[in-house]
Amino acid sequence: MRTAISPLCLFEPRSIRDALRMLRDEGPLVPMAGCTDLYVSLNFGTLAATRFLDLWRLDELRGVRMVGASLRIGALTTYAELQRSPHVRRHLPMLVEAAAQVGGRQVQNRGTIGGNIGNGSPAGDTLPVLSAAEATLVLQSAGAERRVAFNGYFTGYRQSVRRSDELIVAIEVPPIGGRQWFRKVGTRAAQAISKVVVAGVRGTKTGTGSGVHVANGRPRIAMGSVAPTVVRVPRTEEILHSTGSVQEAQDALQAEIAPINDVRSTAAYRRRVAANLLARFWEETEDK
Amino acid sequence: VKFVLNGKIVNVRAHPMKRLLDVLREDCGLTGTKEGCGEGECGACTVLVDGQPANACLVPFAHVRGARVTTIEGIRHAAALQEAFVEDGATQCGICTPGFVVAASTLRADASLDDVRAALAGNICRCTGYAAIHRAIRAAQETAARRRRARKAAGGTRQGGRRA
Repeated sequence: MRTAISPLCLFEPRSIRDALRMLRDEGPLVPMAGCTDLYVSLNFGTLAATRFLDLWRLDELRGVRMVGASLRIGALTTYAELQRSPHVRRHLPMLVEAAAQVGGRQVQNRGTIGGNIGNGSPAGDTLPVLSAAEATLVLQSAGAERRVAFNGYFTGYRQSVRRSDELIVAIEVPPIGGRQWFRKVGTRAAQAISKVVVAGVRGTKTGTGSGVHVANGRPRIAMGSVAPTVVRVPRTEEILHSTGSVQEAQDALQAEIAPINDVRSTAAYRRRVAANLLARFWEETEDK
Repeated sequence: VKFVLNGKIVNVRAHPMKRLLDVLREDCGLTGTKEGCGEGECGACTVLVDGQPANACLVPFAHVRGARVTTIEGIRHAAALQEAFVEDGATQCGICTPGFVVAASTLRADASLDDVRAALAGNICRCTGYAAIHRAIRAAQETAARRRRARKAAGGTRQGGRRA
């Protein structure tokens, strides 16, 4: 481990209240949950922070339940728990697929969905799912709570609207009509960080004429690892919805993503794969 | 920090941010758990925390307070797996082997090849490849099943091991 341990300071709250008070009075603190990403930086000595807030024992933040027709996922729910949850399996199968492709079992048993969001990597595997699902994040601070649309949460590369005295406590997902689709492309099938990751929802039109429920009609497509943050591609969605032309949608997509060359892949490869995945999404979610 | 290490309650003094991997190796003298990559990629440091596989290089010591930690030294039925690894040429340089054995120890006796693959997806071997490792685990499962049958035939009342 390249980071010296002795200067590090860990706050260990017993409750969310405790945690929020520490964030307010002792901050800035870096919240830590499953540590599957944070400890990578610590091991490599690339983390500047020295003061941490341990959330791991806050069982109030764990678990999945239904609130009305919506899914409420505690921020501390692990990838393994997401895969096992009957609620998630039923209402958000694309999240089950995403969770199953994060690292291996060792990482899935520790890593949390709140951590995936808080960490804010553009390659986070659950982020396109939350974007396509139009999820809402519940942020708490000492004495206040607010809800933020997931699609408005990230403001730039690893930047978000979360204030330093706030914690992500839960993710709320409204009911989704239509087919859900998820695909991750990495170097190998397991244990790889994504080169391109896509989640999509294809609404089904019901009824005819003025009775068409267009609310669910337009596809919702989100992509990761192709821009500084996870992105929705509204123009692409619109073209698929109005014309159904995959070719035109693929062209539009190129203007809506901004991939870079990095250690994992090249911009050109990511553009090609993103276009291919778009076609695959459309083909595999077609009404048969 | 008090926790259960390989079935015994222990009380260890170490920094709460120290990696479980280093606590095990340096403070507990258990060097069977290996450090491979130090970034949760290779699985060489796999241990069980409350029965679930975790990378000890990514677990802060604070997270095992009150937990059950099982290292390669404390895995039940490890011998059968280890013998099969030797038999099938599933070990070469050996640094990944403890992690594979710990991860494989969580498999049910009736696990399919796909289950085996999924359970070991977080472990990387750069010497033997994976076919030999999968073969070894299947062989250990068969050996365990044979022993169970033999015990049953002998009229033994002892419950057979559920784990491979």
